[in-house]
Amino acid sequence: MKRLCCFLAAAVLSGCAMQAARPAKTSAPPAAQAATPIAPAASFYPSTYQPPASAPTLIRNATLLSGTGTRLEHADLLLVDGKISAVGASLTAPANATVVDGTGRWVTPGLIDIHSHLGVYPVPAVSGNDDGNEATSPSTANVWAEHSVWPQDPGFRTALAGGITTLQILPGSANLIGGRSVVLKNVPSVTYQGMKFPAAPQGLKMACGENPKRVYGAGKKVFPSTRMGNMAGYRAQWAEAQEYLRDNIEYQKKLATGAKDAKAPKRDLRLDTLAAALQGQILIHMHCYRADEMAAVLDMSREFGYHVAAFHHAVEAYKISDLLAQNGVCAAMWADWWGFKMESYDGIPENMAFVDAAPGGCAIVHSDSDEGIQRLNQEAAKVMAYGARAGLDVPPERAIRWLTANPAKSLGLDSRTGTLEPGKMADVVVWNGTPFSVYALADLVYIDGALRYDRAHPDVAPRSDFLLGQPAAPEVTP
Amino acid sequence: MKARRLLLAAVPVLALAGRAAAATVLIHDATVHTMTSAGVLQHADLLIRDGRVAELGTKLAAPSGAERIEANGRPLTPGLFGGIGFLGIEEIGLEPAADDYALKLGGAMRPEFDVSSAFNPDSVVLGVSRLGGISFAQLGPASEAGGSIISGQGAVVRLDGEVAAPRALFIDAGGDASHLSGGSRAGEFMLLSQALTEVRTPQLLLPNDQRLLTPAGRETLRSYLGGTHRVVVDVNRASDIRQVLAFARREHLAIALRGADEAWRVAPELAAAGVAVILDPLDDLPQSFDVVGATLENAARLNAAGVKVIFSFTDPEPHNIRKLRQGAGVAVAHGMPWEAALAALTRNPAELFGVADRNGSIERGHPADLVLWSGDPLEVTTLADAVFIQGVPQPLRSRQTELRDRYLQKLRAHAAR
Repeated sequence: MKRLCCFLAAAVLSGCAMQAARPAKTSAPPAAQAATPIAPAASFYPSTYQPPASAPTLIRNATLLSGTGTRLEHADLLLVDGKISAVGASLTAPANATVVDGTGRWVTPGLIDIHSHLGVYPVPAVSGNDDGNEATSPSTANVWAEHSVWPQDPGFRTALAGGITTLQILPGSANLIGGRSVVLKNVPSVTYQGMKFPAAPQGLKMACGENPKRVYGAGKKVFPSTRMGNMAGYRAQWAEAQEYLRDNIEYQKKLATGAKDAKAPKRDLRLDTLAAALQGQILIHMHCYRADEMAAVLDMSREFGYHVAAFHHAVEAYKISDLLAQNGVCAAMWADWWGFKMESYDGIPENMAFVDAAPGGCAIVHSDSDEGIQRLNQEAAKVMAYGARAGLDVPPERAIRWLTANPAKSLGLDSRTGTLEPGKMADVVVWNGTPFSVYALADLVYIDGALRYDRAHPDVAPRSDFLLGQPAAPEVTP
Repeated sequence: MKARRLLLAAVPVLALAGRAAAATVLIHDATVHTMTSAGVLQHADLLIRDGRVAELGTKLAAPSGAERIEANGRPLTPGLFGGIGFLGIEEIGLEPAADDYALKLGGAMRPEFDVSSAFNPDSVVLGVSRLGGISFAQLGPASEAGGSIISGQGAVVRLDGEVAAPRALFIDAGGDASHLSGGSRAGEFMLLSQALTEVRTPQLLLPNDQRLLTPAGRETLRSYLGGTHRVVVDVNRASDIRQVLAFARREHLAIALRGADEAWRVAPELAAAGVAVILDPLDDLPQSFDVVGATLENAARLNAAGVKVIFSFTDPEPHNIRKLRQGAGVAVAHGMPWEAALAALTRNPAELFGVADRNGSIERGHPADLVLWSGDPLEVTTLADAVFIQGVPQPLRSRQTELRDRYLQKLRAHAAR
């Protein structure tokens, strides 16, 4: 069904991506609601992922964090045909069901990392694998992260052991506009298409602050070299994209009326991306540390009529948690990183709790790291402790949203994954206890109802081709 | 205006933290992890007087005027080790004028370089780390382009700002340092042998010889040959570790390994040689061809083989060393005994770096270097409730709590509207 949807999109020029893309609060212009005249090229690189058939699974008597803000004790969860079928007490197992004893265990939605470079900056981190930053021009909106993803990155599997079922792979932050992101299901595959989350909207990676001005101004002695240069750089790109969009709409109108002088504007891959972003089809994910820069970007989004899906890194989000909430913009954050450069100097470990506490706030814990992605649950746990000490108590049933429902919303996937509600994808983690602990380990990880990781049976999750024949550590179950 | 006064008022407290008078404090009913043969003392009392652990036992009477802290069974541990790195020698990343961790004099080998004199006790990183229960750390310079495989020396620093006497010498080996040895890791051993020859047989040196060391450098290196001070070798690949072990045996160097992601593959040899391993408990990916065997079980396997394990992040950047105890907890989740993991953050580093008389254990008569925790000290939801360095209660404030409290007021005002 999902594949059919994507296939149709190619034919009718109005993608599933459009329907799936539902920003929390859109400030996009009317054009966003109109059928796009821009060819949805994403349709030509479709997902080939198909969940394997799986027997129904009934998880019994677990503590369940649904991702909707509720916590159920002694609850059952039934997975059928790749979907969450039922949540509740004393569910009946279908005849052929696998029954999992959840006693003493906690069950959560599969974790979602909205900011990863797995596959594009894979390990081993040798120069031949260095595919994350097309650092040759400040705007490379034409590049797509998926075309760099190496599915054999061993980091995918260690992330899976940490309960990650969905992840957004972004280009790096060298450029003002780095290119399109891709959302993946964390399943083993020879091709990236086999991992691609069906019909997920693509994202657009943009970057504030030090990185672009260091790479271009300080590094290459070209524009931009300052934060004001950064802003002028984005604005010039958006202005060009508006013009491109106008020309294409004009052309579509002429085509529709059979005008003789209808001439297709010259195709430009960079402007394809930017125009689709202005239309809300591609969701904008912006790397931005400082509060003042985020505020400037929000003004810019109004100037050009687009919506920022999330500010990533957002080390100073706590200074403007009200502004972010009012604009319906999520902040994706680390728990405790700070000081590794000037724009991260004001980081505090309560940052996420501040964003969460603002009425309507949308806090997300992200990794940007092949280590951090292995324990997003622990990152959230640290914030819970620091938050509580500051009087910002966050119970587990709410904190789990930082790594499930909230990133799903920001990725435009909240109708499909991120919570344990009937009808949603059966992306589920069974933990050995509370996930908010340093001793937490994922026992079982299901993606679309299929068991993809079993701590007691490491062979369920195949290791990367890269590790075959290497002196890698044999896995021993702790 | 009010917030500004608060900030100004706090600054002298932070700056003077180490010089404040030692208090007389009775900590009542704690679970004391002594990290000595005394083990764990349940429902124990501890009296801090004149900066030292004056008494340790049960039903201790508080002297008049003593402050009393009810621990209610909470864990009391020695102050934690912050690892080897750039604490107080890198205020901010990516800003060369605020970074002092690497000597880049065009490739000269300068073991006499002691990075400790760059240490800034007022770095705000110290305050942030103290709140994480860290009371001591080892300064370690870095080998970077323009430097040499001997990056220099560093001292142990206390987080009240004091610099200890012992120094350790740092050597970088393996693939990530081969750019400093002519492009081959084999060149690292060639250069080290040449340097040691210059030290041991200076009479062989002729006036026009191309030599690696200055007279001061020869003197420094000679001081490490006796085996009293530690030579820390950064090396990861199993075969490189074997080369380093053989080299150290040949040259009578008292070494410890740092990094050592593949040390588990050489565990019996390390145990036999009595070589300690300083490792990052979170390293588990083949980041390079030197660490294809990286695993979260490195610490557990080494410990089981009888190797002394010390935790330190591979990344020497200092800002988040408070995260090291999370790494210790992860090591426990992957098979390391809990007490061994705590020792890897307390007693083991104190012994290795020559400060066991004041750090790493709780003993009567020792300086009171203590942390009272809200719960299991290796647990991510636990925070430090009280920190004592040299018997001085450390203010649980930092630049980060100043920022937090300023914006907490704003958040509360907004939420109230």
